[in-house]
Amino acid sequence: MEQHLQDLYEVLSKVDGYVYPNEIELNWSILIVLYPYITGLVAGAFILASLERIFKVHILKPTYGIALLTAFSFMLVATMPLISHLGKPFRAYEIMITPHSSSAMAIFGFVYLWYLMVVLLLEIWFDYRRDMIIWAQETTGVKRFLYRVLSLWTTDISPKAVALDNRIGYIVTVIGIPSAFLLHGYVGFIFGSIKANPWWSTVLMPVIFLFSAIVSGIALVMLIYILLTKVRKLKIDMECLDTIAKYLFYILIIDFVLEGLDQIHRIYEAEESFEVLHKLVFGKLFFTLFFMQGLFGTILPLLTLGTFQFYKPKEKIRKIIYLAISALILIGVFFMRWNVVIGGQLFSKSFYGYTSFKTGMIGSEGYLMAAVWLIVPFIILSFLLWLLPPWKKKEELPETQGL
Amino acid sequence: MRPAKPKVSRRDFFKAGTIIVGGIAVASAFTPYDAVLIAAEKPKKGKWYGIGIDINKCIGCGKCASACKLENNVPKAPFYFRSWVEQYTIKNDGTIIVESPNGGIDGFKQSVPTNEIFKSFFVPKMCNHCAKSPCVQVCPVGATFETPEGIVLVDENYCIGCRYCVQACPYGCRYIHPDKGTVDKCTLCIHRLVKGLQPACFEICPTEARIFGDLNDPESKLNYFLKNHTCMVIKPHLNTGSKLFYNALSSEVR
Ligand code: SF4
Ligand code: SF4
Repeated sequence: MEQHLQDLYEVLSKVDGYVYPNEIELNWSILIVLYPYITGLVAGAFILASLERIFKVHILKPTYGIALLTAFSFMLVATMPLISHLGKPFRAYEIMITPHSSSAMAIFGFVYLWYLMVVLLLEIWFDYRRDMIIWAQETTGVKRFLYRVLSLWTTDISPKAVALDNRIGYIVTVIGIPSAFLLHGYVGFIFGSIKANPWWSTVLMPVIFLFSAIVSGIALVMLIYILLTKVRKLKIDMECLDTIAKYLFYILIIDFVLEGLDQIHRIYEAEESFEVLHKLVFGKLFFTLFFMQGLFGTILPLLTLGTFQFYKPKEKIRKIIYLAISALILIGVFFMRWNVVIGGQLFSKSFYGYTSFKTGMIGSEGYLMAAVWLIVPFIILSFLLWLLPPWKKKEELPETQGL
Repeated sequence: MRPAKPKVSRRDFFKAGTIIVGGIAVASAFTPYDAVLIAAEKPKKGKWYGIGIDINKCIGCGKCASACKLENNVPKAPFYFRSWVEQYTIKNDGTIIVESPNGGIDGFKQSVPTNEIFKSFFVPKMCNHCAKSPCVQVCPVGATFETPEGIVLVDENYCIGCRYCVQACPYGCRYIHPDKGTVDKCTLCIHRLVKGLQPACFEICPTEARIFGDLNDPESKLNYFLKNHTCMVIKPHLNTGSKLFYNALSSEVR
C-alpha cells in the first residue's frame, strides 16, 4: 500500500502534460498484457493442430500432438493472470454466475469454458483414448491407475470404437476452428470495443489479435518442437519444420498487412486523437513498437522466412534460424500485446498528456508474478508430455516400441 | 413442350409496386417515424437528475473538490477524485495548458505570465452520470448500474475490481479504491439526496456555478439554466448521453 502510493507519487512527478488525476495510476498492468498473449498462444497452437487434422496437411503430423497439448497447457492458465489481477479475486466466479449481458468481458467465462472443456479436452480425450487404454495395459502402479482414470475406465479398442473416436475427434476439431477464432477474436473485441480509447477502438482489433495469435501459437509450437527433438536427441523432421515455417510466413504477412492497414488508416484519418497518439508512438512506445514488435518481431522474421521460400540454406543452419525466428516472433507478439495494453493507457483521455508505467518486481502485479504465469504452462506441458507422449502413440496395432 | 413462363405484364408490375409502396406509406402513417433524435431518452415519469455547470461563474476555489473528499471519505492522496477542477490557460500563441494540482483542492496558481495569456478559465469535472454510459455497459457482473433517477452507481459489495469500467469511462471519473480493491466514483451524494439535501459540491459552491436538478421537472432550476444558456456536454461525439451540461464550454476542453 505504502509502496504503491510512493510509486504513484513518483509517476506523478514524471507526468508529461496533463492527465486526469485518476489516470496517473495505470489500471491494467503486465498481467493484462499476458492474458491476451497466453490466449493467443492457445488459439494459434490449436489452429496449427487443426491444419493437420482438418486440412490433412499430414506433413505436420509430428507436431499435431505437441500443438494440442501446448494449447491445453496454456489454456489451463489463461485466466490466471486475469483473476490474480482483480481487486477482488475471490469474487471472480460472479462473472459466471451473474454475467452482465452487455459486457464483452462477461462473455469471456463462457467462451473460455466452451473452448477448454468442449473443444480442447474432448479433442485430446478422443485422440488419446485408445492409447491410454493400451498404455494402461503396459504400465503398472500409479501410472496405470492414472491412465485408467483418464480413459474413464473405457476398454473398447476395437477398430469400430477407434473409428468412432476419430470421427468424433474430427467433428470436435471442425467445431474447434471457429471456436479458436471466436476465442481470440473476442479477446481483441474486449479492447476494440472501448470507444473511450482511440488507441484501442478499431474494428480491426479482433482480426489483428486473431492473426497475431495464430502467428504466436505457430511460433511457439515450432520452438517447442525444435527443443523437444533436441532434448530427446532425435532427428528433426525438416520437411515438417519447413512447412510450419511456410504457414508462419503466410500468416505473418496477413498480420503485418492488417496492422499496417490499421496504422495507415489512423494516420490518414488523423482524428482528434492523432497528435497524442503520434507523440506516443514516437515517444514512449518507440522502442517497444518499432524495434521489439516491428523490426525484431515482424520484419526480420518476415524477410528471413520469405528468403527461405526461394533459397534454403543447409539443414543445420536452417534449424538454428528457425529456432531464433520463432523466439523472435514470440517476443514480438508479446510486445504487440504490450503496446496495445500498456500503450493504450499511457496517454490521457484528455489527449493533453502522458503518464508512465511503473511496476515492481514483486507483488501480485509485479514481473515475478507475470513470470510465474508464463512458466507454469511449460511445467504443465512437461507433465502432459510425460503422461501422454504423442510420439509414443501407436499407429495401427500395438507393437513394442521403446523411446 | 416446355410450359411457357408466366408473363408479368408491365401493368401487373405497376399494380404490385403500387400496393407495396402504398402499403408501406400507409403503415408508416400509423406508426409515425420519429425523425427527431434526442441525445438521451429520458423516462417519462419520475425524477431524472442532471447537472449544470456555469464555467463563467467558476472561480477555481476548489471547494467542491475538497467538500467531495470530506463528504465521501475519498482517499486523500492526489490520485483519487470523484470531483476535481481543471484550469485551462490558452496562451497568445495558441498553446493550451491544463493543470489540476491536487484536483484544485489547494487552489490554483497561474504559471503563465499575464501578458502571455489569451484567456484562462476553470472547468469543474465530475461523473457525467451518462444515460448511455459506457461504464455500465462494460461491467462484467453488473456491479455498475444506473438508478431509475439516472444516477450511475457502483455496488462495492459486488464489484470484482476488474477495472474494465475505469478503461471505458471517457472522462476519467473512476478509480480503484486503494483500500477496498473495488471501483469508486461519484454517487451524486445519493445519501444526501434521499434526505432532501443537495450533493455536497453543489451545496458548497460559493458562486452557484453548479446547478443540480431534475430534468423531468420543467420548473427546475436546471431546466431554467439549460433554457437560458448555450450548453454543451464534453465529448459529444462519443454519444455517452452525458447529463452534465456546461455553459460557456470552450472547444479546448476535453
Ligand atoms: S462519466 Fe464515466 S463514470 Fe460517469 S457515467 Fe459516464 S462513463 Fe460512467
Ligand atoms: S471494476 Fe467493478 S464496477 Fe468496474 S467493471 Fe469491474 S466489476 Fe464492474
